[in-house]
Amino acid sequence: MIEMNNVVKKYPNGVVAANGITVHIKKGEFVYIVGPSGAGKSTFIKLMYREEKPTSGDVIINGINLRTLKNNRVPHLRRHLGVVFQDFKLLPRLTVYENVAFAMEVIEEQPSVIRKRVMEVLELVGLKHKVRMLPNELSGGEQQRVAIARSIVNRPKVMIADEPTGNLDPETSWEIMNIFEEINRQGTTILMATHNREIVNTVRKRVIAIEGGMIVRDEYGGDYGYEN
Amino acid sequence: MKTRTIARHFRESFKSLGRNSWMTLASISAVTVTLLLVGVFAAIMMNLNKVASDLENDVEIRVMIDIIPEAEEAKLAEEQLLDEIHNMPDVEEVTYSSKEQELSKLIKDFGDELSLFEQNNPLYNVLYVKAVDPLKTADVAKQIDSLDNTFEVKYGEGKVEKLFNFLEIARNVGLVLILGLLFTAMFLISNTIRITIIARKDEIEIMKLVGATNSFVRIPFVLEGMWLGLIGSVIPVAAVTIAYYNIYDLLAPRLKGELFQLLEVTPLMYQVNALIIFIGMFIGIWGSFMSVRKFLKV
Repeated sequence: MIEMNNVVKKYPNGVVAANGITVHIKKGEFVYIVGPSGAGKSTFIKLMYREEKPTSGDVIINGINLRTLKNNRVPHLRRHLGVVFQDFKLLPRLTVYENVAFAMEVIEEQPSVIRKRVMEVLELVGLKHKVRMLPNELSGGEQQRVAIARSIVNRPKVMIADEPTGNLDPETSWEIMNIFEEINRQGTTILMATHNREIVNTVRKRVIAIEGGMIVRDEYGGDYGYEN
Repeated sequence: MKTRTIARHFRESFKSLGRNSWMTLASISAVTVTLLLVGVFAAIMMNLNKVASDLENDVEIRVMIDIIPEAEEAKLAEEQLLDEIHNMPDVEEVTYSSKEQELSKLIKDFGDELSLFEQNNPLYNVLYVKAVDPLKTADVAKQIDSLDNTFEVKYGEGKVEKLFNFLEIARNVGLVLILGLLFTAMFLISNTIRITIIARKDEIEIMKLVGATNSFVRIPFVLEGMWLGLIGSVIPVAAVTIAYYNIYDLLAPRLKGELFQLLEVTPLMYQVNALIIFIGMFIGIWGSFMSVRKFLKV
């Protein structure tokens, strides 16, 4: 499903954020990416949805090699990935409904299908009653739930989350985590970069620790392993 | 691209005008002010050009024909001269005016006292010649002067050259000014649109992250730019048309019989308005297109 072979990413300013990463992630897995700030977690994530191109090595998702993928095909790659960010990245002037529907308009889905599916995912994240609200009228946790709804609306096979609970309080973080687990249970592969020690230590999954651009630990059912 | 996606882009572009109402207002005002200037200036320049060519076309050569006592011979000589001039490639038209006609013109212009001369007319029979290209008047005059039976050839030597020089300078200055104004308009309008788009660069980034193609992001912005240009040209079109209509109404009767006339309202206003609308829409589209491009590389 996801394959990285000896991936190196060197930024123009000389920083080497990935220094020979090799990893295989199978379909349906739930993987935490942990590590100190600046260790290369974000780059690892960005390489997955082709915001960054590897300097050398291959990133292969669903059989597509991202290093050779043409720029104009990138949007099509992203439609098969659900991406969730720490800062939600909702369109501020669109309502909850419109934000989620946007991801389906992009793939030119039929309006009747859009209506049905959007309400379906909003129900899954528990926001069916707030469809007409704008993002800034919602709490952080609610905004993140909208973002999650948007990321899964096109039924992606892989979901990538970059510190999704980073801006949320512990209780809300757990709500988000529960939604992720539900999505994972339905068969979606999930990659989640996180600093949330409590979650990693409680809901035991595969843990990949990155330091200095390299994988220093890859352990099924491992713990967070860092002092906060 | 599916039809409903195109419909969506149109819908989106309209909605966006409303959602960003302050930015919309700012852009439209910028478009309005610059297009108003462009319109007024275009109308003035086109009229100046008209006045210039009217003045140029008024320039004619006056050929006084030698007096030949023998009536028969005189008639033959005059006809020959007329033919010769007529066959010159640069000559547009030749008109004959007898010395009696010349005198009655003078009497009309200067009064009945001159009718004394009717008994003994001291004037010459005259040919009036117009060059195809007014600027070649001097050349044509020289050619005619070398023909037989011409007593004197006059075309306002010196004065005509000065007039032509002046008109050429005026035209060039006008052209430079209008090009400068167009450039300024483009710069001002596309910059205003750029600012409104920079304010929304996060939106563009998010759209790309969700999997929107470049054209999916860009088309609504480009359409929005087009509307801005179109709406911004409404006031200039109305103002310039009304103003010119009134000015023409006021001045045209007073210019009757003068050497030059104003351009008529109907073709001119269609041209100027088309220019205003075209520039407005073109700059709107172009400005949006270029400004969005920068933020699409996500």
